[in-house]
Amino acid sequence: MDKRKIGTEEAKQVTKDRGQIMEDGSRQITMQDEHQSSGLHPASSVAEKIRVERLNFYYGSKIALSDVSISILDRRITALIGPSGCGKSTFLRCLNRMNDTIKGARAEGTVLLDGKDIYARGTDVVELRRRVGMVFQRPNPFPQSIFENIAFGPKVLGLHRDKKDLTDIVEQSLRGAVLWDEVKDKLKQDALGLSLGQQQKLCIARSIAVKPDVILMDEPCSALDPIATLQIEQLMQSLKTDYCIVIVTHNMQQASRVSDHTGFFWLGKLVEFDSTELIFTRPRQKLTEDYITGRAG
Amino acid sequence: MNFNLAPNESSTLTMEKPKAERSTWSEFLVESSIRVVGFSTIGFVVLIFLFLLREGLPIFYEVSPGNIFGTRWYPTFDIFGSLPLILGSAYVTVASILIALPLGVCTAVFVREVAPQWTREILKPLIEVLAGIPSVVLGFFGMHVIAPLVRTNLDAPTGLTAFTGALLLAYMSLPTIISVAEDALDAVPKSYRDAALAMGATKWQTIWRIVVPAARSGIATAVMLGMGRAIGETMAVMMVTGNAARMPLSFNSLFMPVRTMTATIAAEMGEVASGSVHYHALFGIGIMLFILTFFINLVAAKAIFKKRYRGGLR
Ligand SMILES: Nc1ncnc2c1ncn2[C@@H]1O[C@H](COP(=O)(O)OP(=O)(O)OP(=O)(O)O)[C@@H](O)[C@H]1O
Ligand SMILES: [Mg+2]
Repeated sequence: MDKRKIGTEEAKQVTKDRGQIMEDGSRQITMQDEHQSSGLHPASSVAEKIRVERLNFYYGSKIALSDVSISILDRRITALIGPSGCGKSTFLRCLNRMNDTIKGARAEGTVLLDGKDIYARGTDVVELRRRVGMVFQRPNPFPQSIFENIAFGPKVLGLHRDKKDLTDIVEQSLRGAVLWDEVKDKLKQDALGLSLGQQQKLCIARSIAVKPDVILMDEPCSALDPIATLQIEQLMQSLKTDYCIVIVTHNMQQASRVSDHTGFFWLGKLVEFDSTELIFTRPRQKLTEDYITGRAG
Repeated sequence: MNFNLAPNESSTLTMEKPKAERSTWSEFLVESSIRVVGFSTIGFVVLIFLFLLREGLPIFYEVSPGNIFGTRWYPTFDIFGSLPLILGSAYVTVASILIALPLGVCTAVFVREVAPQWTREILKPLIEVLAGIPSVVLGFFGMHVIAPLVRTNLDAPTGLTAFTGALLLAYMSLPTIISVAEDALDAVPKSYRDAALAMGATKWQTIWRIVVPAARSGIATAVMLGMGRAIGETMAVMMVTGNAARMPLSFNSLFMPVRTMTATIAAEMGEVASGSVHYHALFGIGIMLFILTFFINLVAAKAIFKKRYRGGLR
């Protein structure tokens, strides 16, 4: 109880600080960091993909996210960390409006994808979800064949012209997810017969089959063993060249290994957001430092 | 109970022992009476089956197999061809399932996936009430409302046809199909829906391409149970199918009178002499019917059991 209370106060304090940072403009900050951490890239290649401004989110009357502002860059991996129940999944689901399916859930503020507000009236949510794919915590392939799992998206969206085209998309997606060699001889088999790690790769392949811009991953490795985890991480690195990836993880090492930027959530607030290197070496906030070193959370 | 209120400790202690003994005694009584009731129920079922065998088996050696499985049923001339009756039952049942399956699945999808909460709360008990309408009432309704409609619309000589029976049976098996199919849809994990929606599928694409196929074994169970219900149904079918024992071999037979196994037994049992060949023949048909429904229910039960075992169907 006490700890929680203190946490809230700290978080309040932090938001105040954060507010000052915000006035400078968070976008500028991230861009600067980008130059610091990877000076090789010219500024033009690191476009801002998603920009969230003052996002509040409610489950009924309960507030789950308050005043979250963040700028997520294309072709980068952004990791979100924080203790259980702090709203990481909620935030992730705001980015493709999967929260719409929850009764009584409500979002306030703006989420810009390529500069367009996805919560604006008249937004095509189906098209939004095609552009912003999602990989879930537990591998959840459909109870169908491996081929059908990948082909489902292209089929319902009408992305293929003929059967040959569809087969090509399936092969490309499986290759993209480094799963092709393992399953090319058993495309007709039930996807649930694969190992968990393979199932998760299949889910990643399935989400890239509809040619999204962004891939959201909610603790994609939490059901996997270390070897499968490593494979998924390598896969993320290879996908990074084409996609904007946002990953939620409870694993600090994973965040520091794979991501370019890290955001730290605490009780529904984004406490700190910076380049991963800075977050893990010189965090600005005491709370972040405590959490990362295992003293809080 | 009062013993617990005993004023001092020693009396509580002394009372404890007999109380414990009594509880084991009553427990023994309850347990053994439940066991007796349980076993006797199973015993009765076995006895009924034995009775059915005793009365029905003789027909299989009283007349030649060629006669029993012949195509004509004329008991007064000792011709007991059961094929038209078996086919009649199968024809009406299959036709009724073909009608009830799409209706039932669509209704289940509507109730489970589309209808708003309040509609669902009205519809679900309503569907259960449908199951409670006595079949003779439905038969009456079929005779006086559906049969004339069938006759005038199809320009048939009579409205008492296999099709009329199939319509009624479809209606009667709908409640079973709907509620079992709805359970099956309900058991489809939310993660499948989420995955499909997150990929950019619409609600309908998600339902028809992911949720319904994922529930297919439960839906198959629903159909088997509906079939079990339909094939054993007697009263309504007897009242509306016209009861002509002819071979239903073509599609046109759907709009002609037909006679089922159940209707034959019910109609003729009253007028046969106990122990006669005709009497044995009717019981023989009873055995066939029993075996048929037994297997249908076995298949359905197996599917349900498998689902339960995997934690699917509730
Ligand atoms: N469907 C829901 N209805 C009501 N409240 C919810 C719902 N989903 C989440 N919450 C609440 O919102 C808060 C944030 O939940 P969320 O799942 O986003 O946390 P998280 O950071 O992803 O946690 P974890 O690390 O355990 O996955 C929690 O307090 C949770 O209880
Ligand atoms: Mg979560």
